[in-house]
Amino acid sequence: MTLNDIKKDPAAQPCGVALSLRGLSKHYGPRQVLHNTCLTIAPGEFVAIVGRSGCGKSTLLRLVAGLEAASQGSIQLDGKEVNGLQDNTRVMFQDSRLLPWRRVIDNVALGLPPGSHAAATGVLAQVGLADRQGDWPARLSGGQRQRVSLARALVHSPRLLLLDEPLGALDALTRIEMHQLIEGLWQQNGFTALLVTHDVQEAVALADRVILIEDGQIALDERIPLTRPRQRSDPLFGLIEKKILDRVLQQPSQETPVHEPAWPPTPEHGLCQAG
Amino acid sequence: MTGISMTASAAREGPASRATSVGPVPPWAALPILKALAQRLVPWIVPIALMTLWQVAASLGWLSTRVLPAPSEVVKAAWALTLSGELWTHVKVSAWRALSGLAIGGGLGLALGLLTGSVKFFETLLDSTLQMVRNIPALALIPLVILWFGIDEMAKLFLIAISVFFPIYINTFHGIRNVDPGLIEMGRSYGLSRWQLYREVIFPGAMSSILVGLRFALGLMWVILIVAETISAQAGIGYLTMNAREFLQTDVVLVGILLYALLGKLADVFARLLEHYWLRWHPGYQSAA
Repeated sequence: MTLNDIKKDPAAQPCGVALSLRGLSKHYGPRQVLHNTCLTIAPGEFVAIVGRSGCGKSTLLRLVAGLEAASQGSIQLDGKEVNGLQDNTRVMFQDSRLLPWRRVIDNVALGLPPGSHAAATGVLAQVGLADRQGDWPARLSGGQRQRVSLARALVHSPRLLLLDEPLGALDALTRIEMHQLIEGLWQQNGFTALLVTHDVQEAVALADRVILIEDGQIALDERIPLTRPRQRSDPLFGLIEKKILDRVLQQPSQETPVHEPAWPPTPEHGLCQAG
Repeated sequence: MTGISMTASAAREGPASRATSVGPVPPWAALPILKALAQRLVPWIVPIALMTLWQVAASLGWLSTRVLPAPSEVVKAAWALTLSGELWTHVKVSAWRALSGLAIGGGLGLALGLLTGSVKFFETLLDSTLQMVRNIPALALIPLVILWFGIDEMAKLFLIAISVFFPIYINTFHGIRNVDPGLIEMGRSYGLSRWQLYREVIFPGAMSSILVGLRFALGLMWVILIVAETISAQAGIGYLTMNAREFLQTDVVLVGILLYALLGKLADVFARLLEHYWLRWHPGYQSAA
């Protein structure tokens, strides 16, 4: 499905939001994580961000999500500058972050007005877990938990879905299933998607555009011309994957000097900013 | 262990197979049931033997009734106290004292723990003071409490309340601090209001720790109650036993001690039930269901 299809189809509600980052920078103390990043994403576009660990890709996503404030620069949704958490933006985290003390259905309905269990049931059916709605999250497999977490994000009909390495902890087969699921739901709902991943193949399989971040800066912005559904056996697929992977590997690993930002934050930090 | 039981069963199967050849119904057919029954009965052997020994020793006059009356005498005394209604009155008074003290002290501990756990300012303001006061054993306050409140109900409630306050306060505080910050972040990003965040994420996340505090508090509650009731009381199990001591009724003293044991066990069972209900999502509390 292309952009034009979404615009033509009024049933695809809500359609994606246009995201624009202007000179976005972030530093933790003296350490600069993102330098002056500019990026424009069209409504309904699926963009994947790849890079080595510690390159700043997760920070970029956390800034867009409003979980952290940028040191400099601005984030615009549909041309309007925004700050902090947005109602039309939802995040799918690497660890599913389901509430272990709520049943699956109540996890999906989290934050919805009371009496919206029907909507939650519907989305659970879309991710193929309608029969598990009464279970505790502890009873689910890793892949099922991520599907619940996807349902929980989608039940809010977000216009921007941020995916923070959501499949990093899953096995290869489950991951391929999840790719198909995410792609299908994205095509159905038409939201804008921003996926952070370290898996280049995953990026090429899902995204319209793959962006490589190195040292807190965009080093590559590659459009993927493959038609959907994409076949991993397609020679062109392999060619693109190799090209991006080679580019990623050009830079030597910086594992030692660079660390992920302090995470998790101290509990008092998380609590006092709540509300 | 398994090795031993396997050889034991093999040895028992020997005659069983021979028996089958003799008659159509093997006499050892019920063996697994007998074995299961034995498993159930084994833990009771020592207590029953001790009770029997005690009873025999008392009946034969080896034990003075002033030191230790026979178990049958204790049962008789308990029955007499039940019939006269005295037992129920004292249990009621004691239970009321214990539970009111728990409600006051536990309620305050929970409220303050929630406050200091969630708001940094209140932690800075209160926590160091509370940690200091915590190091004073509640029983050390008895002389002061008597000076303040006399030897009335108030003094007993105060002692119980202050001793259950700290385990609940500390465990609530730590429970809230240990709630997964990832879940709190998720809740915020999913648009939960501060109150919803509390109800959906923070409070349930701290619950297992709060319940640990409750169980500690229940244990302390009975200890302090016993001490408080033996200082001076007009009713209650402590009064019952102290009174019985005056009249050398060792059987009634034993009834009192057994009552404390029973009430303590009851409180523990109640706390366990709460855990099983509130933590039923936790794999550690999910039974075969």
